[in-house]
Amino acid sequence: MHVFADPTNFDAYVSGFLWILKLTGASAVIALVIGVLLAAMRVSPVPVLRGFGAAWVNIFRNTPLTLVVFFCYFGLYVTLGLSLSQELDLNRYWLGVIGLSTYTSAFVCEAVRSGINTVPAGQAEAARAIGLSFAQTLRIVVLPQAARSVIAPFGSILIALCKNATIVGTIGLLESSNIMKDLINSNGDAVIPIFLVFAGTFAALLIPTGYFFGWLANRLAVKR
Amino acid sequence: MTTGEPLIVLDSVNKWFGPLHVLDDVSLSVGRGEVVVVIGPSGSGKSTLCRAINRLEPINSGTITFDGQTLPAEGKALAKLRSEVGMVFQSFNLFAHKTILENVTLGPIKVRGEKPAAARERGLALLDRVGIANQADKFPAQLSGGQQQRAAIARALAMRPKAMLFDEPTSALDPEMVGEVLDVMTSLARDGMTMVVVTHEMGFARHAANRVIFMADGKLVEDAAPAEFFANPRSERAKDFLSKILTH
Ligand SMILES: Nc1ncnc2c1ncn2[C@@H]1O[C@H](COP(=O)(O)OP(=O)(O)O)[C@@H](O)[C@H]1O
Ligand SMILES: [Mg+2]
Repeated sequence: MHVFADPTNFDAYVSGFLWILKLTGASAVIALVIGVLLAAMRVSPVPVLRGFGAAWVNIFRNTPLTLVVFFCYFGLYVTLGLSLSQELDLNRYWLGVIGLSTYTSAFVCEAVRSGINTVPAGQAEAARAIGLSFAQTLRIVVLPQAARSVIAPFGSILIALCKNATIVGTIGLLESSNIMKDLINSNGDAVIPIFLVFAGTFAALLIPTGYFFGWLANRLAVKR
Repeated sequence: MTTGEPLIVLDSVNKWFGPLHVLDDVSLSVGRGEVVVVIGPSGSGKSTLCRAINRLEPINSGTITFDGQTLPAEGKALAKLRSEVGMVFQSFNLFAHKTILENVTLGPIKVRGEKPAAARERGLALLDRVGIANQADKFPAQLSGGQQQRAAIARALAMRPKAMLFDEPTSALDPEMVGEVLDVMTSLARDGMTMVVVTHEMGFARHAANRVIFMADGKLVEDAAPAEFFANPRSERAKDFLSKILTH
């Protein structure tokens, strides 16, 4: 454990995981918003919107995340000149958030859509029959009932997102996996302990997350 | 009881599900305050007819007019029309995540923009009218089928509809609960509500209906006063159908 007793190393370790948490937090919120909108498009009566939603899901669900994040960096930033911050690190962070959230939104969309499919069609019909619009039907009647069956998949998506955040390391952000690589490079005698500390930290973050979502899903399980 | 121009008019309505001709040149008019019972064998298109009237099911040709206006295609105008036509389903379809009172007040608040307090008061009065005021704060799953269907009727009435459509409202109920729902419907009919009722409850058809429509294979085969229809059905299909349901 002498590696982490060194304050410089310890600070690097902490800041690496802070990046992971920040990437996860921002991407989760954005992916949730985009994913729900995409799901609404996919069940809407407008063919153009349905097509757009389907295309988005098919593109991002079937492209390796590394490619998506690379595209954000080399495509959006290097080639197209999209700079999101003067600070190099923050720019990488936001480009990473764009990549992570577009990619994750495809999975959120599909989770929400399958949740919508668990709500009996009669619920939406009754809503339309009293004069609610499509948006109201979705927002007031269908989504609240779909939410209950979407909680558990959301937990899995969030866990995957947190681990996927390490991929932003490939465009130079000093998140946990990059820090781990640096520490291993300069402490060849302590590879296994370093590895265990990083893996253990992910486990310590994610195992409770998994249990929390499981608990929430049970609590909200639909009564019929 | 029928006054002025008819409220619901179907003119040469056709509807296909793929190759299946579900509504075959159906023309029908329902006067204001009139109660029309629709009967016919399973699969004859009764539900489709009912659902076409508030455009839950779009039609392929012909016209449907409600209160002097052709049914709007989509959007706000259609939502407005639907809010003026109450619909009661075989499977109740109460909003499972809302209390009974919330089910009844949702439309008035979200569609009509009524004040929650006023909607609540009227909602409670409607629940009282259908005899389940004491169930107001329960969720649908906590009620019996008969109570749920009465709540569904109250939900439809809360929109102050010009007409009510019932699609086999008692078919999913245990026999001992059929009466309580039919009683509510009978009292609505007596109060002058325009109603289209798909049902196999012949007692209701005899006593509450002004007309009975018999459908078979998507066609409107007979249209007669109840007494006449039950005493002298003209078509073989109707005779055959009646002999089957009346002997059981
Ligand atoms: N959404 C649908 N898609 C395809 N066929 C349908 C659909 N809804 C109803 N049908 C068919 O249309 C016919 C008429 O159905 P319906 O109007 O429900 O009859 P009824 O209510 O008289 O039993 C039936 O043969 C039924 O199987
Ligand atoms: Mg039917």
